[in-house]
Amino acid sequence: MELDPLILSRLQFAFVVSFHAIFPVFTIGLASYIAVLHGLFYKTANQAWDRLAQFWTKVFAVVFGMGVVSGIVMSFQFGTNWSNFSYATSNFLGPILSYEVVTAFFLEAAFLGVLLFGRNKVPQGVHLFAAIMVAIGTFISSFWILSANSWMQTPAGYELIDGRFHITSWLEAIFNPSFWYRFAHMGMASFLTGGFVVAGVSAWYLLRNRDVEANKKALSMCLWLLLFLTPAQALIGDFHGLNTLEHQPTKVAAMEGNWETRSNVPLLLFALPDQENQTNRFELGIPNMASIILKHSADGVIPGLSEVAPEEQPPVALVFWSFRVMVGIGFLMIGVALLGLILRRKGRIFESPLFLKTLVAMIITPFVAVLAGWIVTEAGRAPWLVYGVMTHAQGLTPSLTGAMALFTLIGYVAVYSVVFVVGVYYLTRVVRNGMHDDPIEVKGEVERPKRPFSAAHTPLDDDLGDRTAGANVS
Amino acid sequence: MSIDLALIWAVIIGFGVIMYVIMDGFDLGLGILYPFAPDEDSRDVMMNSVAPVWDGNETWLVLGGAGLLGAFPLVYSVFLPALYIGVFLMLAGLIFRGISFEFRFKSHKNRRWWNRAFFLGSAIAAFAQGAVVGAYIQGFAVEDFRYVGGALDWLTPFTVLTGLGLMAGYALLGATWLIMKSEGHVQQWAYAITPKLLLTVLAVFAIVSIWTPLVSPEVYSRWMDTFQLIWIFPVLALLCSGLVYRSVKRQDEGLPFVMALGIFLFTYLGLIASKWPVIVPPNYTIWDASSAPESQLFLLIGFLFVIPIVLAYTAWTYWVFRGKVKVGEGYH
Repeated sequence: MELDPLILSRLQFAFVVSFHAIFPVFTIGLASYIAVLHGLFYKTANQAWDRLAQFWTKVFAVVFGMGVVSGIVMSFQFGTNWSNFSYATSNFLGPILSYEVVTAFFLEAAFLGVLLFGRNKVPQGVHLFAAIMVAIGTFISSFWILSANSWMQTPAGYELIDGRFHITSWLEAIFNPSFWYRFAHMGMASFLTGGFVVAGVSAWYLLRNRDVEANKKALSMCLWLLLFLTPAQALIGDFHGLNTLEHQPTKVAAMEGNWETRSNVPLLLFALPDQENQTNRFELGIPNMASIILKHSADGVIPGLSEVAPEEQPPVALVFWSFRVMVGIGFLMIGVALLGLILRRKGRIFESPLFLKTLVAMIITPFVAVLAGWIVTEAGRAPWLVYGVMTHAQGLTPSLTGAMALFTLIGYVAVYSVVFVVGVYYLTRVVRNGMHDDPIEVKGEVERPKRPFSAAHTPLDDDLGDRTAGANVS
Repeated sequence: MSIDLALIWAVIIGFGVIMYVIMDGFDLGLGILYPFAPDEDSRDVMMNSVAPVWDGNETWLVLGGAGLLGAFPLVYSVFLPALYIGVFLMLAGLIFRGISFEFRFKSHKNRRWWNRAFFLGSAIAAFAQGAVVGAYIQGFAVEDFRYVGGALDWLTPFTVLTGLGLMAGYALLGATWLIMKSEGHVQQWAYAITPKLLLTVLAVFAIVSIWTPLVSPEVYSRWMDTFQLIWIFPVLALLCSGLVYRSVKRQDEGLPFVMALGIFLFTYLGLIASKWPVIVPPNYTIWDASSAPESQLFLLIGFLFVIPIVLAYTAWTYWVFRGKVKVGEGYH
């Protein structure tokens, strides 16, 4: 068995970036929610908003901390495994990724501390302002990252000199053709992630009769939000798809499982793409639907995978199925939001245990959808690293051997497994311990904004007692 | 371009590196000393003395890494592949150390394990950084702006020595920091170990100084023929060493740490003076390694904006958490 450094490096990057991405996608949405909670408390002086804000800030602290830890590795990944790519693209990606770091540090230095530790120490208005700034800061961070990624998908504003990219227009490069679509789609995904997690945790508390007043407010609010955002996300996704069709037709062909350029393309609900024979072995679809969606007419012509040679095609089955997972979850989310509306009209939104349990189960879905979506866009770009200009193979570190790549792949999986298990375990304890009259807390810890975990105060392995009983019926 | 952007960036990156080394140095050093501490109380004091500042110290590492990709991409795309395994070990060490900072205080039943993670993470990260310094002195097999050597080329007797040397150096910084921040039996223990660490550092220092010209002929010629003024750096470093020893004997509290920083600073300046303006040894200068001027300029705006903020924030943190750490208390 010959170890292929290219495959292993791609696996490693996929693993590291996936592991990292789940944290920011949650914190971006949550930061905005916390800012809204602070705003509501500021306006109404209702203690329930304050309790919610306090609790979710603790969760935010832990998730943010895990995002930072896993992000440090990201900033070295490009150089270790993709040094040719780093060197060739450094004139653009260097400053752009650095600006993300600069933004993040500025945010931490200035506002995160006030948000995490400033309660009762700074005026309420200042605390609210800090919450808003943290929310804005998370968006600015994602702005830079998505600009970098979009540029790799739809490169613009550059010229190639001796195999290196030189930027001729920063504006064209930063706001490249796919940027706004991706930014909107990802921002909306963050809101949906925040919304479903908050709704699910609130439902979990309601099932246990804990802080009913605050959690009813939170749940009701989330369901209104999701009712509007879930269809909006489908719409943004559709526009994003049209943009991809324009710039990366092969990716769309893989998403649709469409091998030949033709009209009246069906929307496949199920298929088994067979890359070797350049065909689908089994198809089940809605006639003409893909043409209607992408070209707004039944006989619209859609380019197929056969436009490019087989070795220039992405891994079709992976892209095809990841896309269906993402879209399927999207429709499931719309369904749950509509169900919430129906129950609300009957006044049974908080009374149906089945619905509340459904919401708890939905917590995981936005994360799966986000990862599936990233697999669609990243695997769908293959074999290109910078679309149409540089392939994965050209971007790889020339001195990298299969054994080296395998060693670090196993290493990162091991390190991250420990971080993830401990972090998620701790997070569940924060949730179990939170929203409580007298949460058990660690005393005498050093509180520091750059150590966000220190804002959570929950012990790691002491007994929390039976916190699941209905101890708090307000 | 009338302004030499590469020069400005060399100063910024050089400043970032020394900031990182001296600041993260003492808290990594405390991690290395962890297993040798007399009791759990002193371990509490050691960790509490750096808990408020260690993460701010690591800011410089990330800032430096990002700045390198933006300003000197050649360094980034040669050093990281060449030091592939070492970089992984360093990151793994820093991550384990980071999470033990978070969880040791929150954990009672498993505190032993977090102690071990803290020590191992610190020791591995420090060794890897020292090996990077050694590899930089050795130089890299680069052809046509690409690293062409093997996975473990960097791991030579020389880099093992510099790795161990930096561990000793960090431990010295850690011990002198502890003298400044502690009292009673913890402080007495720190006083007792400082001279031993100092001797270890000086021994390594001597061996490396003799060995360096042998692994790097350019350095030899610079020290011996062209640039006589360079001798001021080792002389000043030795002077600082003497003052560390004397101030420990006199039971001074702040001076040992300041002088230990001096040893690091002058050694670092000596190293830069030996190599300048080469940034990717043996033969690429800061100008060869630069990104395009428009990229360096674009990024400079952001850095000039953020570096003063990070510095102010850092200074403020140290000011807030000044003073002694007592046994049996965190900060409140």
